[in-house]
Amino acid sequence: MEKGSKALKIRSIIAHVVLVILSFMCLFFFYILLINATRSHAELQRGFSIIPSTHFIENFMNVANDGTFPMIRGVFNSIIVSGGSAALCIYFSALTAYALYVYDFKLKKVAFTFIMAILVMPTQVTALGFLRLITNMGLYDSLIPLIIPSIASPAVFYFMYSYLQSSLPLSLVEAARIDGSGEFRTFNTIVLPIMKPALAVQAIFTFVGSWNNYFVPALVLETKSKFTVPILIATLRGADYMNMDMGKVYMMIAVAIVPIIIVYLVLSKSIIAGITLGGVKE
Amino acid sequence: MKRRVLSFLLAASMVASLAACGGTSEGSSTDAPAAEEQTQETSGDTAEATEPAGEEGKIINVYSWNEEFKNRLEFVYDQYDKTSEDGTITYLKDGTEIHWTINPNQNGVYQTKLDEALLKQADASADEKIDIFLSETDYVTKYTDADADVALPLTDIGINPDTDLADQYPFTKVVASDINGVQRGTTWQACPCLFVYRRDIAKDALGTDDPDKVHEMVKDWATMKETAGKLKDKGYTVMASYADTFRAYGNSISKPWVEAGSTEINVDQQIVNWINDSKEWLDAGYFDPKVKGQWNDDWYKTMGSKSKSFGFLLPAWGIDFVVKPNWDGKDGSWAATDGPQAFNWGGSFIHACTGTDNPQHIKDIMLAFTGNKENLMAVTKEFVEFGNTMSGMKEIAEDDSFGADFLGGENPYKYFTPAADKITMATLSSYDQGCVELIQSSFTDYFDGNVDFEKAKANFETAIKERYPEITAINWP
Amino acid sequence: MKGKKSISRAKWGYIFLIPFFLTYFIFSFIPLVDTIRNSFFEYYRSGLKIVGPNFVGLKNYAEVMGPDFLQYVGNTFILWIIGFIPQIVVALILAAWFTDARLKIHGLQFFKVVIYLPNLIMASAFAMLFFALFSNNGPINNILIDCGIIKDHIDFFGSVVGSRSIVGVMNFLMWFGNTSIMLMAAMMGVSQDVFEAAALDGCTPTQTFFRITLPLIRPILAYTLITSLIGGLQMFDVPQILTNGQGNPNRSVYSLIMWLNNFLRAPDYGRAGALSVYLFIISGILCFFVYKMMNDDDPDGSKKAAKKARKAGRRAA
Repeated sequence: MEKGSKALKIRSIIAHVVLVILSFMCLFFFYILLINATRSHAELQRGFSIIPSTHFIENFMNVANDGTFPMIRGVFNSIIVSGGSAALCIYFSALTAYALYVYDFKLKKVAFTFIMAILVMPTQVTALGFLRLITNMGLYDSLIPLIIPSIASPAVFYFMYSYLQSSLPLSLVEAARIDGSGEFRTFNTIVLPIMKPALAVQAIFTFVGSWNNYFVPALVLETKSKFTVPILIATLRGADYMNMDMGKVYMMIAVAIVPIIIVYLVLSKSIIAGITLGGVKE
Repeated sequence: MKRRVLSFLLAASMVASLAACGGTSEGSSTDAPAAEEQTQETSGDTAEATEPAGEEGKIINVYSWNEEFKNRLEFVYDQYDKTSEDGTITYLKDGTEIHWTINPNQNGVYQTKLDEALLKQADASADEKIDIFLSETDYVTKYTDADADVALPLTDIGINPDTDLADQYPFTKVVASDINGVQRGTTWQACPCLFVYRRDIAKDALGTDDPDKVHEMVKDWATMKETAGKLKDKGYTVMASYADTFRAYGNSISKPWVEAGSTEINVDQQIVNWINDSKEWLDAGYFDPKVKGQWNDDWYKTMGSKSKSFGFLLPAWGIDFVVKPNWDGKDGSWAATDGPQAFNWGGSFIHACTGTDNPQHIKDIMLAFTGNKENLMAVTKEFVEFGNTMSGMKEIAEDDSFGADFLGGENPYKYFTPAADKITMATLSSYDQGCVELIQSSFTDYFDGNVDFEKAKANFETAIKERYPEITAINWP
Repeated sequence: MKGKKSISRAKWGYIFLIPFFLTYFIFSFIPLVDTIRNSFFEYYRSGLKIVGPNFVGLKNYAEVMGPDFLQYVGNTFILWIIGFIPQIVVALILAAWFTDARLKIHGLQFFKVVIYLPNLIMASAFAMLFFALFSNNGPINNILIDCGIIKDHIDFFGSVVGSRSIVGVMNFLMWFGNTSIMLMAAMMGVSQDVFEAAALDGCTPTQTFFRITLPLIRPILAYTLITSLIGGLQMFDVPQILTNGQGNPNRSVYSLIMWLNNFLRAPDYGRAGALSVYLFIISGILCFFVYKMMNDDDPDGSKKAAKKARKAGRRAA
């Protein structure tokens, strides 16, 4: 027993050391990013530093006051797109998962297999046709094609399905029906609340994915006032040598990251709890 | 969800390409109704474009990759009134609006969006058609192509290049002309390059920092190589990177990368010389092995005071916008002189787009911008560039009172101006951008010793065929 | 498990599926068909001239399937594996630690939150930082030289091993937290009784881990493997930005999607289409194998659902 507790102690120490190192690595990049946002272009070009400089406000003002560079508008657009996608994505994925979990119908197996099959399809494969399609639909240069397609998210569906399997007793649905609740109402008022942890997890994942998405928006958007944050950053970076300002670029990246970090930190408890509670477990 | 997030994170240039696909779709819905009324077609018939002198559109749409043109227009154009808060609309005094569509050059986004819009041009309504677009030397030929006919000949909007633009440097006119010699664009700048060097290193290793004397030591490649040896003995490198010499070799090739009508790439002897010389110089320690190419952190750092790099081959914009911001020492530490070879690097061209409904305005802007000596001089001094006016540059070169503080009061135009006179650029093709970019990146591996010469050649061939599907063969000298 | 009654409200099942399938059909299926159609045509742009579309049968497929193809498949696989192996190993260890109450880890909540953070940064911004950190005059080289660990700078991006490793490290950092949390969830699902029983039987922690924990969380491991495999197949932005789209040195970090990107950028819709179809087939095959793996000892997962559906179907019939 003595030996066992000693081994445990050593393991505990190792665990702490490794965790501290990993955490350091994870935080280091945020630190560098923030430090860089406080430094001027000239300082940045001269090399790295781990000490903050004095240009934080200057950089921020450069980003905020540049009329040709609609930062606030960009953040606003990003929130609409990310929030919209996240909401639609989790709601309809849950609905789809519910349909396949609770009901029995002829094409159930086909539908399930089909969704699992398209789970593997790389997005890039269809990008070409996607753009052509939305152009023909008159949705080019609009935020709609960035939001609507998230209704069909096979991976989120799969997560929701696993979650339902582990935490929704069918008897509950039965009971609701006996109480005279309509099918749709049952889903909204009884099933959704049960799924809250899973919804929270996928909401943040979808939100982050959409927030950082550069690929599709850059494809679809054309007008400056509709640009989302990642495209604005690319525009800044793409500026020519004459008004290239890396301080501004880093500040913009910081501005882009801070909101999601806040959202993440606020939600982190329920997110981790959500994954832990049911997630994709038995 | 990992898959989801990953796929969504897809970054950067993929976009560029994909945006291009939009161009192939037949007529977007937004411009469909207007297309009907569109009488003036875009077939590039000269007669059609010249005639609408009276009816000018109210909106001038400009495509560009940065604000360079806009800033200069605001500074120098006498019809300029004001620009909207968000910078997207500029008003002229007669109420005409200039709408700016600015897409980053990075990863080719600008060109793909422009190409897409050009392909839709015929169907777009008058107010949506592109009126002016800009191009850079590296791809100007793509847009001045006679068959493509997207840039109007200057004569079509009433500019006679021979008289109206007589004071421009001839090579800038050649560059903007199609295969038949019809000029389809014009620029306000010429970009002759000089050798810009550190005075302290010159004194230490070469015993003098006098531009004329230093010129004697870098006057041709053989002499420069000897000088590089001397610098090396003192622990310096003559230039930072092998890429620093590329433009000098690459812009003096004897025939274009791809000749008109051909689908074969010809790698010029000059390019092979660049490869061989670069390898030799790099192995001999004349370049800094830590610096790969240009426009990256390592390269910028070689412009700092701790660097051991002697100098750079740069045009006027390079001194003020590349070296100066990265220099952390005192003003007056640098000097400029003629390099081993006269060559041009860069340049932005203004084109009138086929189908425009504002030919009068475009003519006016073009003339004010590129054919007005006074304006060109003002822009030259304000933005530290090299104006496209032969007589004006001669005046500046001879003006002893004009000196650049950064160069210790030296007047660099004394060297720029004669350098500009020597430039001939008659060997452009629409494939230049890809060739220039890919030959450098493919042979970096060879310089580093990662692959042998043959493998680097093969890698270049693979990369170029990916970029240009129609290329059938690559000929090496 | 609760007894499952067949609730015959099939119509609602169909109705609830409509939004998903309708959206999928419009925004994914039509574009997919379009892409496949393009793959049979010669269709590209040269300068401002459009060539095609001319039907060429399987020519694009033949052209794409060359020695380059295999090289890029290899590159993609190598880049994925050097990121995935440390990722799954570390994630397993962390998950085991997080779920082991006896270790008494202080700040457990903090660590759980922090390891996920790198996933929040845009991959392109992350790549930008790495590029600066590992450049020849960058801080990593300077620190190593100052500490006397190396004499001359290490040219990370100039060597095959260096650039591949950096891509691997970045993928590791971005994804290990996510994987850890997933695996932790799976481990917490294993009943504590099992572990107690194992401890009573005198199992060492290592034995417990390999003999009990691992087999029990196999389905989630398979899920991780699939998602990561698909993610790896789609690797693009990190190598793209680190190597400026060229995949050098010697095209050793040139991934399949970078290749696709270059085709699309040309633009060459024909070959891009053919490559897309190949990619689709590859991902299908890979996932088939992983599904099969899941099927063998999977008490949960998709197969079970499918089985359940089959059973239910039989009962209904």
